[in-house]
Amino acid sequence: MIESIVMATLGGLLIGAAASLLFLTHGKVAGISGIVGGLLQPRTADTPWRMLFVTGLVAGGGMLVLVMPSMLVEPTSRSLGAVAAAGVLVGLGTRIGNGCTSGHGVCGLSRFSARSFIATLTFMATGVLTATIIQLAFGGEL
Amino acid sequence: MPAALVCMSGALFALGLGISGMTDANKVIAFLNPLGGWDPSLAFVMVGAIGAHLTAYRWIIKRPAPLFEPVFSMANLAAIDGRLIAGAALFGVGWGLGGFCPGPGIASAPGLSPSALVFVGSMAAGMVIAHRIAPRAPQSRAP
Repeated sequence: MIESIVMATLGGLLIGAAASLLFLTHGKVAGISGIVGGLLQPRTADTPWRMLFVTGLVAGGGMLVLVMPSMLVEPTSRSLGAVAAAGVLVGLGTRIGNGCTSGHGVCGLSRFSARSFIATLTFMATGVLTATIIQLAFGGEL
Repeated sequence: MPAALVCMSGALFALGLGISGMTDANKVIAFLNPLGGWDPSLAFVMVGAIGAHLTAYRWIIKRPAPLFEPVFSMANLAAIDGRLIAGAALFGVGWGLGGFCPGPGIASAPGLSPSALVFVGSMAAGMVIAHRIAPRAPQSRAP
């Protein structure tokens, strides 16, 4: 548990540093759902930097796969059908609610946005509720 | 090299997600499930990320502009409305159901694991559906 906490904190510091680098150099908010969702809409002036950021995200993920394969655990306790349904809900919800764990949770809370505070409380609550219901009703596997 | 810095930010973000444990869907599910071998360690991802970004943000925002762009661009929305809450609620259900949020899903995709690939594909579909059924008027940008 101590090792997990140290790794979580270190990883969190890196995430915060990455968001700060993007904000310092380009004044953009590192909200992943906004960046990806923007790329699924007609091209705008924001398209080029969004593509660069996603390229970096995928490249960084590729490096991790090589040096730290334990970051990916497969299979998970969820079936591919459940994951597919989850993806649709995450895509819908983050675009309707204008943000996810990074945009609302990290960037929004860091600038004391009331909207992001409410959004973060809401998705944490429904996330805990969903995982807990799956635990109680299906023994944690679905 | 402004373009390389954007790319580097994305790569650092992915490294942070991987090191922190956020790309391990089982760990995320254990974090969200207090009744099934609860693993609260992922709360420290937020502690580290907000600690670093809050500190840097307060310093950066004092500048007249970012280094390579004329203005800071932030969502110019203030309303806490049904749309915000409904969207966040749906997102949370998806997060607790699958164990992935958008960043870790995309950062995991290069590993070609079936769940990460299925997640990213279905998330993109969900986003396209949201753009169709709940379009938002183009935002004005905060100065």
